[in-house]
Amino acid sequence: MPAALSMRMTISKVNFFYGSKQTLFDISMGIATNKVTALIGPSGCGKSTLLRTFNRMHETVRNTRLEGEILLDGQNIFAQDVTALRRRIGMVFQRPNPFPKSIFDNVAYGLRINGSKLPIAEAVEKSLRHAALWDEVKDHLHKSAYELSGGQQQRLCIARALAVEPEVLLLDEPCSALDPISTAKIEELLVQLKDLCTITIVTHNMQQAARVSDFTAFLLIGQLIEFSPTPQLFTTPADPRTEAYITGRFG
Amino acid sequence: MSPGLRWRKFVSGFMLTMTGVCAAVAVSVLFFILGYLVYHGGTSISWNFFTKLPAPVGEAGGGMANAIVGSAKLLLLASLIGVPIGFFGAIYLAEFSGGTVAFIVRYAADLLNGVPSIVIGIFAYSLVVLPFKHFSTLAGGCALGLMMIPITLRSTEEFLRAVPGTLREGAMALGASKWKTIGTVIVPAAYRGILTAVLLAFARVAGETAPLLFTAFGNRFWSPGWNQPTASLPVMIFTYAIAPYEDWHRQAWAAGLVLLGLILVINIVARAILSRGIAVPRS
Repeated sequence: MPAALSMRMTISKVNFFYGSKQTLFDISMGIATNKVTALIGPSGCGKSTLLRTFNRMHETVRNTRLEGEILLDGQNIFAQDVTALRRRIGMVFQRPNPFPKSIFDNVAYGLRINGSKLPIAEAVEKSLRHAALWDEVKDHLHKSAYELSGGQQQRLCIARALAVEPEVLLLDEPCSALDPISTAKIEELLVQLKDLCTITIVTHNMQQAARVSDFTAFLLIGQLIEFSPTPQLFTTPADPRTEAYITGRFG
Repeated sequence: MSPGLRWRKFVSGFMLTMTGVCAAVAVSVLFFILGYLVYHGGTSISWNFFTKLPAPVGEAGGGMANAIVGSAKLLLLASLIGVPIGFFGAIYLAEFSGGTVAFIVRYAADLLNGVPSIVIGIFAYSLVVLPFKHFSTLAGGCALGLMMIPITLRSTEEFLRAVPGTLREGAMALGASKWKTIGTVIVPAAYRGILTAVLLAFARVAGETAPLLFTAFGNRFWSPGWNQPTASLPVMIFTYAIAPYEDWHRQAWAAGLVLLGLILVINIVARAILSRGIAVPRS
C-alpha cells in the first residue's frame, strides 16, 4: 500500500476471544483517510467481529476479551471515553434499525444526546441530503421512521450516523437485507461519502467490495490473509487462498 | 359404517362438545357475575352512594363516599410504592443483570407474587401498624404496594426484553451511554407495554380485601390524612355483605358493581393502549 496515504486508524496485533475461543489472530492493518476499505471473507471469518472492535461495540457483548492496539488519529481508542469515541466512529448495521420515533427525531437523536449546540433542523436536513434521502422524506419528516421502505430506513440509519459528523463510518453488511435497487443506491452513496469521512465496510458480496472500495482486506478463519488496493486484490491476488475465494471456489 | 369408525366419530363429537361447553362456562362465569351485579347493584346504586357517608345502623339510605375516596388514596399510595420499585427493578433485570442474580430476583418476584394476600396483610401489619400503634391508610397502601411490585416488575421486564437488541446497538453506536440508551430508546419503545402492565397491576390490587382487613381496617367516617383507619370499597363490601341488614346488602351490591366497573374500565383501557399505534417490529 502506498506509503504517502495518511491513516485514520491503525490496527496492530489484534487478538480477540469469545470466552476461551479465539476468533481473531494477530490482525494488523491500516484504514486510510477518506477512502473506502472493505473487509471480505466467508461467513464466520471474523470480519464483523473485527469491525465491531473499531468502535468498541464488542464490549457490549459479555465474556469477550481483546488484545492488541487500535489507534484513531494516533490515539489509543481503549484509553478514551467510549461514548466520545463512538461519536467519532459511526456505525450502520446489517438490518436497518431506526428508532421507534419520527424520521426527524431519528436523525436528531445523536445530536440531542450529545448536547450538540448546532441548530438541529439544519443538521438534520444536511445529514438527510448527504444520505440522499432528503427529497424523498422532506414533506413528512414527522412521520414514523417505520413507514419508510427497507432501503430508505437503511439510508435513514446512515443519515443518523452522519448527523454527529463522525470521522469514520463503519458499515456491517449494510445491504444484506436490501433489494438490488436499494443496494445500488447505497453503494453510490458510499462513494460520495468518502469526501466526508473514512469508510470501512464489511460485505459478503465480493462484487460490492470491488465496486465501492479502494482497499480490500480478505479474512479467513480469523486471520488477515491479504490486504491490498482493491483492483490489485481482485486481479492479481498474492495469496492462493485469496484467489480461490474470489474466483468462487469456496465461501 | 364400521363399528370402529362409528365409535371414533362418537368420541370426536363428544370431546368437541366437552371442550366447547368448558369454554362457554369460562366465558359465562364473567357474564353471569356481571349480570348478577348489574341486576342487584344497579337497582341500589344512586347519586347518594357516591356523595354520602354511610348511614347509621337502622337508618336507610347513605352512601360510601368515604370508601371511594379511601380506595383512591390506598391505590395512589400503592402505586407510589409498587410502580417505581417494580419499574426500576425491571430495568435492572432486563438491562444489567445476568445469570444468577437475574434468576434469583425473578424467582423471588414470582414467589412474592404467589404469597397469599392475607400474609402480605400480616406483614404490613407488623411492619407499619404495630410501630404506629393504629390502623392507617399508610399501612393499607404499603400492603397493596407490596403486591404491585412483583406484577409490575415481571411484566415490565418482559416488555423491555421484547425491545430488539438492534435498537440498543443503534443507540450505543451513536455514543449514547447505557442509561441514555435505556431512557431515550428502550423505555420509549416499550412504554405502551409498561403502561399496560402498571394498569393491570393496579386493577389487580384494586379489588384486594384481605390485605386491608387489618391494615387500613375500616371507617364509617372520613379519614383525613394518611395516619388513620380508612374505609375502602372491598372491605366495605365484606362488612356490608355479612351484616344482617337488608339495606346494607343492597349497598354491598352497589359497591361491588362500582368496583367491578372500575376494574373492567382499567382492563379495557390497558388493552386499548397496547393495541394502539405503531409497534416496534420484531426481527
